[in-house]
Amino acid sequence: MSTGRDPGLQPERTRLAWRRTLLTASVVTALAARLASAGDPVGALVAGSTVVVWGALLALCWPRATGTGPARTGGRTLPLVALGTVGLALLGVLLVLRRLG
Amino acid sequence: MWEAIRRWFDPAELRSIGEPPDYRFSLANERTFLAWLRTALALVGGGLATAQFLPPLPMSHLREVIAVALLLLGGAVAIRAVDHWARTERAIRLGEELPASRFPAVLALALAAGAVLLVVAVLVRAIGGQ
Repeated sequence: MSTGRDPGLQPERTRLAWRRTLLTASVVTALAARLASAGDPVGALVAGSTVVVWGALLALCWPRATGTGPARTGGRTLPLVALGTVGLALLGVLLVLRRLG
Repeated sequence: MWEAIRRWFDPAELRSIGEPPDYRFSLANERTFLAWLRTALALVGGGLATAQFLPPLPMSHLREVIAVALLLLGGAVAIRAVDHWARTERAIRLGEELPASRFPAVLALALAAGAVLLVVAVLVRAIGGQ
């Protein structure tokens, strides 16, 4: 190898990292939806919100997780995915506090 | 603080700083961000699992306190992941040293302290129950 570059592996590894992240987010959403579904309207609303957040995360991560060719990096996707994670955390806090009351 | 938040969502500004780096470094930075995000998601998942699968604990509301602490910690890790990614990207583009951070050490110590507290709680209960 005369050039130090590896065009194939770095984008592939990053793509797989996006897939792992999407899988983890899906499991967390399932846990949140399970906690939310208490059978009353408020619970159904929060459960619906978790699924909406998951849909947004799916739409955000999908191009990065399946993209072919030269990988794009950075951009708004990263802060938005973090925001989705914070959203799931806050919905979780809401659900835990609601069960106390 | 709002300025920093605005910067996270403005990729054009980040691209205007310094030199375009070797894309491998940007990809590595992005993977580090994703690894931290999975750490955040694992903490959030742990909090959600604690809230619904742990039986009520003898100390009142201890289960809820553990769950909320894990959830908030997860949110904090996610926010810090974006901030660190943006600062690292900036440093790479400017050819500066990468930002140093105490956060991993603080997170590890906080989790270890929480684990020790719970071990003590389990032991106290086991001995007290006899």
